[in-house]
Amino acid sequence: MREIVIISGKGGTGKTSLTGAFAHLAANKVVCDLDVDAPDLHLLLRPVREREERFLSGYEARIDGERCTGCGVCASLCRFDAIREGERGYTVDPIRCEGCKVCVAFCPAEAIRFELRHCGHWYVSSTRFGPMVHAQLFPGAENSGRLVMVLKQQARELATAKGLDLVLCDGAPGIGCPVISSLSGTHLAVAVTEPTPSGRHDLERVADLCRHFQVAFAVIINKHDLNQDEASRIEAYCRERDYPVLARLPHDPIITRAMIQGLVVTELPEAAFSRELTSTWARIEALMNGIG
Amino acid sequence: MIVSVASGKGGTGKTTVAASLATIWDRPLVAVDLDVEEPNLHLFLRPNLEESEAAHMEVPVVDASRCTFCGACSELCQFKAICAMGKLILTFPEMCHGCGGCIALCPEKALSPGTRELGEINRGRAGTIGFLMGRLRVGEAMSPPFMRLVKAKLNEMIAQSARDAIIDAPPGVSCPAVNAVIDTDLILLVTEPTPFGFYDFRLAWEAFSPLGKPMGAVVNRAGLGTDDLYRFCRDKGLPILTEIPFDRAIAEAYARGRVIAEVSPRLKETFVSLRDEIRDLAERSRPGEAAHA
Amino acid sequence: MRKIAVTSEGPGLDDRVDPRFGRTAGFVIVDLETMETRYIDNGRSQIMAQGAGIQAAQLIVQAGAECLLTGYVGPKAFQALTAVGIQIVQDLDGMTVREALERFKSGSVRVADGPNREGGK
Repeated sequence: MREIVIISGKGGTGKTSLTGAFAHLAANKVVCDLDVDAPDLHLLLRPVREREERFLSGYEARIDGERCTGCGVCASLCRFDAIREGERGYTVDPIRCEGCKVCVAFCPAEAIRFELRHCGHWYVSSTRFGPMVHAQLFPGAENSGRLVMVLKQQARELATAKGLDLVLCDGAPGIGCPVISSLSGTHLAVAVTEPTPSGRHDLERVADLCRHFQVAFAVIINKHDLNQDEASRIEAYCRERDYPVLARLPHDPIITRAMIQGLVVTELPEAAFSRELTSTWARIEALMNGIG
Repeated sequence: MIVSVASGKGGTGKTTVAASLATIWDRPLVAVDLDVEEPNLHLFLRPNLEESEAAHMEVPVVDASRCTFCGACSELCQFKAICAMGKLILTFPEMCHGCGGCIALCPEKALSPGTRELGEINRGRAGTIGFLMGRLRVGEAMSPPFMRLVKAKLNEMIAQSARDAIIDAPPGVSCPAVNAVIDTDLILLVTEPTPFGFYDFRLAWEAFSPLGKPMGAVVNRAGLGTDDLYRFCRDKGLPILTEIPFDRAIAEAYARGRVIAEVSPRLKETFVSLRDEIRDLAERSRPGEAAHA
Repeated sequence: MRKIAVTSEGPGLDDRVDPRFGRTAGFVIVDLETMETRYIDNGRSQIMAQGAGIQAAQLIVQAGAECLLTGYVGPKAFQALTAVGIQIVQDLDGMTVREALERFKSGSVRVADGPNREGGK
């Protein structure tokens, strides 16, 4: 069973739109949306939820107003500026609370409870392209990557149970915890970039990240016609580092048109863009077979 | 005044708007890049970087000669950054969140503060605009501890010489994004009217509304999508402070690293009026004003 | 070598080895001389946002294990276990706990000198 993650470094390069199309083109797979902060793949795949689970992770402190004596030790120790004085003693701001337990440990009145935090939900669903595992963190929740690991585990178990040989993941932007977790156990990371200064800058950082974690890396240059010179510079960078460039795709409003209709672009087969994506996916498959 | 420029979805134009606003701002200003995982603001403002420092956070260091292996530190640590394993105290500095609890708790004073490098903070100027950015070390998992250090630096800079600040926030709505906007005076939410843009914009609205700050929307690539976004803003009473039309010429200028407020007089005017709208919104939202209304 | 910890999907010798260490369902602790077994549930590690591997390492240390049989171990847990001298045998998933113990007793396994997995959470 293989796992591919589509990542981007920079947001807005077309990662999710392309992942949606690959979900259409790939056979025998489980699709997994690992962008748990701002997931969008479901807008294209329109999953029907079959299973819903709460995601509990970490803890948060809550001061019992009845027991609080107003001594303020908690506020003086809190490194995260999460404890403020109110009319009836002190209160913890759950948005700022880091869940470190220092206030709980030091409160002389033992007035602070430490409770499991409900951070979001995850789902196992069915779509017109097969099974999908996805999630939504509550806004403002910690995004340690733990939920990403839960989703990957579920996707792998589902693939094994159904005899499917691929887990195809839509990754998150950036290079932090969630992206690092996305890369764990992955066979191939495909980075979607765009020929802009930010696109190239962020591509290099995410490439370094994959190198750091020894994950095979390939690149798709999207919207290449916005700046062909920059696109060529990106290709030169990839050649230097031996990163396969899987495609140079044009900036095409058909992506947005498909999105508005709740479709992936390959469901509009008459589009030239769709044909390019079909060849791109074939190249990804060939690359995966080569990775062994 | 500190304005943060945020968005739910990445790639909607946060950095574009932050850079353009900074170049037409008519008062003393610091432009700050708090997207420490993928900082891009410097690519557009092209600052002269005058100062660069490694930023560290505090992590525990064990003095084995004083340790009695009582295990209190291990018992407290929620992050497994310090743990008692048999007759050893092991530390995993990369897991540490810097809460200081173990050091404060140790009955033998066997723990002292050591440091761990998180990334680099750069300071400089782009013309008359002050500039500050943080660049997280690749492989470093958490942004918020590092973001706090950059924010502390900003406060130092403003204390030295009072200025406005425009903050380019990271994308998304989880803790890094919340961290960037939470101590600012006004949040600008940049979005695009596509289905992805609208969905993530709603998440951003849900994440940031509880913070109780004045919020305004900027619609980028207007014309490339549906009306849902506008209806939502109307329903929620969220003012749309300006729109930037979808225009391939703008996209190409951006792809060449240009600040789009400099592309045409019309675009410059768009950002000048955005600046004025921001100030009006800030005025209207002051507690005194609400009492009058 | 007397006390062995095996990551397990259930409490018995005929349950399957759980391939994970940090997030394993639980541990079967076996006394090799008497073949007595004890089961330790690992639920407390599973709920953690981070550091589950280290938590699990602490659990088996407290249980007095001298050797660990499992599928894979991440680098931090590996470091923690090695620091206290616990020997680690990896790649023993795909079989029952009993079968893993037989392999160990027959001497046909290799003690790991490095983690066979990159870290998760």
